[in-house]
Parts: sequence; structure tokens; C-alpha cells
Amino acid sequence: MRSSSLLAALLLLASPALAQSPTFGLGRAPSAEEVRAWDISIHPITGAELPPGSGTAVEGALIYRRQCARCHGGDGTEGRAPRLVKQDRPEGTHPWNLGRILPIRSPYAPVVWDYINRGMPLNREGTLTPDEVYALTALLLYWNGIIGEEEPMTHLTLPLVEMPNRDAWAPLPDWQPGQPRWQGYPY
Amino acid sequence: MASDRTDRRAFLKRGAALAGGLTLGGPVIGPTEASGQSAPSQSQELPDYSSPELVAYGQRSPYVTSVREPVNGRDSPDDFGLVFHIGTPLQDQIGAITPSSLHYFGTTRGSFVPIIDPAEHKLLIHGMVDRELIFTMDDLKRFPSVTRLHFIECAGNRSSPRHRTIVESHGMTSCAEWTGVLLRTLLEEAGVQQGGDWIIAEGVEEVKGTSSLPTAKAMDDIIVAYGMNGEPLRPQQGFPLRIVVPGFEGILSVKWLRRIKVVDQFYMTYNDYGHLRRDAADAALSYQIGPKSVITNPSGGQTLPGTGFYEVRGLAWSGGGRVSRVEASVDGGRTWFDADIRGTPQPMAHTAFSFNWTWDGSEAVLMSRTTDEIGQVQPTRDQVREHWGIPAGQPFSVTGQDNSIQPWRVERDGSVHNAIV
Repeated sequence: MRSSSLLAALLLLASPALAQSPTFGLGRAPSAEEVRAWDISIHPITGAELPPGSGTAVEGALIYRRQCARCHGGDGTEGRAPRLVKQDRPEGTHPWNLGRILPIRSPYAPVVWDYINRGMPLNREGTLTPDEVYALTALLLYWNGIIGEEEPMTHLTLPLVEMPNRDAWAPLPDWQPGQPRWQGYPY
Repeated sequence: MASDRTDRRAFLKRGAALAGGLTLGGPVIGPTEASGQSAPSQSQELPDYSSPELVAYGQRSPYVTSVREPVNGRDSPDDFGLVFHIGTPLQDQIGAITPSSLHYFGTTRGSFVPIIDPAEHKLLIHGMVDRELIFTMDDLKRFPSVTRLHFIECAGNRSSPRHRTIVESHGMTSCAEWTGVLLRTLLEEAGVQQGGDWIIAEGVEEVKGTSSLPTAKAMDDIIVAYGMNGEPLRPQQGFPLRIVVPGFEGILSVKWLRRIKVVDQFYMTYNDYGHLRRDAADAALSYQIGPKSVITNPSGGQTLPGTGFYEVRGLAWSGGGRVSRVEASVDGGRTWFDADIRGTPQPMAHTAFSFNWTWDGSEAVLMSRTTDEIGQVQPTRDQVREHWGIPAGQPFSVTGQDNSIQPWRVERDGSVHNAIV
């Protein structure tokens, strides 16, 4: 450790610009602002990178009418774009079987926020403000019976929402090179 | 010289006139809808190969017309006019490498392809690292590089009785020679911290398409690629920068790469979300491509022009490493024999194979199966069904990535059909 940071320091001194990579002396350290501007990832469980903001389903319904209804339909069930509301199924149906729908299948609520923030609305991606994304997330969670209509979703409350499929998804294997895809499966 | 050129032009014009009514030369296996060789129409203007433009940058013959086609269940173009998955014409491919302009592609949001000035493009590496770093394209090209053959295959390549051609059944796999920096090299420069067991890779396109990958894979063989088949990446393949994740599901090979973040867990982000599974075996088998092969000639939609000798050709590959063996059958899997592997198999790369076959005019079912260097064997659909204890006759879908054997039935009239029932 010590010797590699020493090498880094030497290379820094030796190179003309702000070379930062310790072995090859290439690249530079980004500014905090550069990282902030690009880092739109959201930790699925803790929501660590969620920006401050707030919105309710009531507010979301107004935004939805303006931004979403043209493709997803008035109530999220009848548009040309994918359905946003769980299917009607008999009592006791496992929540996994209520449809391959973002706000039902997601094990964690911040995943819904991330998806809307990145991917919606079609052809105007990245134009929603954080508050609008919180409000639309709240609307989808309300429509799917997960939260109340007045319940504000914020960077603090969203990670606390208990999603119906939280424990239903299978973790991915601990991948290592040269191993079969699945122990006991010869194919 | 001048008269030579005139003669050649005159010849080309005569050729075009002939082509109106006749097939010139033609492939060994007769031209069909799915074939890549057909005569140019008379109205089509013939290229002038001595023009400054074509002297500067070449062009294929007007007699070679192989093109990609939209494929896969989703309507394409869909209700919003977007085209999602474009299959490569494997039946026309000669050898193991797919020409860049025919490489399959899929995009997260239709056929949207960003136009990126490489002089402005940067790659950020941050998250759980000792040193956050940002690189220009020029920086990246100064690093020690690797050049490797790798296939990329989409999870959408699945067997079905509905498929008519190999473009529909297998068109979303292609193989290219990729050049770039190993991601390991860059991550070692940044210094991955304890607990940084996953990375997320993000593109610059409109949805900032992002995938989660295990750091173990990143430290093994992921390439941050800027070169493809001897030239910069094509825009549909991620110009100016992408990752190539050898052997993993295609969507994980993020294009137009702008950012790598080292994180503590699977992030379930944009490209991951649709791939969550309930069943652990399904999740594991959906991740990495199994041992797989397919006969490309003859294949569905083609017609054998007559009895006699054919070199049957195909491709084999595996996400688990090198192809070590390819077997073939011409009697629907009752008997098998070794096919010839052409060239030296590379890890996670298409490997061409062939075998000699004399068709006697009776019905035949052609199949191939491959074994990879870690001993995984390509199964029939029946073997997969039996492994999971699914009763015969019940409709089922192969668990995880579908690597099942593709049978092609040659009928007495020479026509070739998908034999999956």
C-alpha cells in the first residue's frame, strides 16, 4: 500500500499534467461537480444517492396526466405503453404473479424511482425534476396498493417502503471464472 | 489503362442486363428469401470502383445483398415506431467473424443511437475506489491493450417452433475482434476498496442504460473496447467506447460507455430490472451463455439445389470458455459423429465447424452439439425438459439462456425447415 502511494506521488511529480493513475500516469481526478453531475445511480436498498425531494400520489396524478397518460392511458391500464397497475387476481395470489410490472416486481422502491428518472417520459428522458419523480413513484405505489394516496415519498421514506416482492427474487450466483453455470446442471 | 476500365464497365453493364433474367453464378445452396446473394435489379445503379469515393473507401459487390433483419417477439417496429432487436444474417456469414456492418444489435430504447464526438467523450471511474479517475479517449488508447475474439449474444435468441430462419432463431449472436483496455487495468489504477464486489456500467444514451456486473468478472476479462474488426467501433456497437463482457448475456455489454461505479451489491438498475428471477437456477442460467452451436448452412428457409455433396457449416460457442468439441448428426440425433473444428477455438468466441455430407435425396434432420472446455454439453430441448422433470407434451421454455440444439429438416424437395416441434 505504502509503496504504491509513494509511486503515485512520484509519478505525479514527474508528469506534466494532473496525471493520477499510479502505474501509467494517465487520466486525472474528476472534480466533485463532475461526479455529482454524472452519478445518477441509486442504491436499490438504502437509496443512498437519492436527491432530496418529496412528492405524493395526489401530486403525481397531476403530473401523470400531463406527462404519461398519452401513452400509458388515463389509469395506467389501457395505453399503448406497458401497463402500470397489477392484474386482478384472486386473493392469496403470490405478488410475483401480479404482472411483470415495475412497481410490483421491484424488490425495493428506490428501483422504481431510478427507472422513471432514467427512462421516462419517452423521448424526453431526464427532464423530470426530482420532486416530479418522487410524485410519480408515489402514484405508481399508490395505484398498486403499496402506500396511501397522501403518503409523501422522499429520499428518506422511499427506502423504507416494504415492497410485496422484496424476498421473492433469487440472488445471482457468486460468479467465478471457469465454473459451470449452475452446480449439478450438465448443460 | 483507360480502355481496360471501359471494358470493365461495359462488362458490368452486360452483367446487369443478364442479371435481369438469370441468376449469375449463385451460391452453392440455392438463393432464397434468406440468402444474401441476389442479382442487382436493372434499375439499380452499378458502382464505379474507380471513383475517388470507392477508391478511398471500399464497398461490397452489388451482387452481395445480405442484410440484417428486425427479429424477436415484440412487434418491430412497435406501437411507437421503435425497432428493438436487429438480427445478423448468419446463413450468409463466411467464417467465424461477423462483419461490423452486419453485427446484431439491440438497444434499450428502440434504434436510438447517440452521435458522440470522441474528442469530447470521457470515462469516469468512481464509487468504492481509492482514486476516482476520469479518462479521455486518448488516455484510454495509451494504456496497454488487448485484442480478442468474442461473441456477444442476446438472451432473446430462443428456440421456438415458430421460427422459420436462422435469423429468427439465432440472429442475435455475432462475433468480432475487439480491441481495448482490460477493465482490470483501469480498476487497478483506481484501486477497488474492500467490499466493492459489484460494478455498474453506464452508457450516455437517452436512458443512460446501465448494467450491474460482479467485480470478479470485471477483474477477469471484461474489455473496455474502442476497436472492432480493425477499426473504431461502429456507432450501433457503441462508438466510441463500450464494454465487452465475454460470455455473459448481451445486454450486459454496455455501449457508449461513460461511467463505471464500484458498488457494494447488485444494483437492480435499468438493464437489470427485467432480468430479476424468482428461481435461483433460472437466475444463474440466465446470466452466462451455455455451450451452444447451430448449423448455418443449410438452415431454415434455404433450398438444396439437388442431391450430392455439400460441406455443411456452422458455428459453435460457449460463455464458459473455449469450444472443445463439435458433434453432428444427419439423422435427427440417433447417431452422432465429430465435425471438423476450423481454426483454433478462442475463449467465448464463435468457432466455425464443418462436415462433409452427401445428400441422397431422402428426408434428413441435421443437428450439431458442442462441448466446452469446462465440460458443459449442449442439450436437446428434451434433455432440458427431462432434467427439470417436466412431463413430455407440456409446453415449456428452456430455463435461463436457451442453448438447446437446433434441428433443421431437409425435405425430399430440398427445402430446409425448423424441426422443433
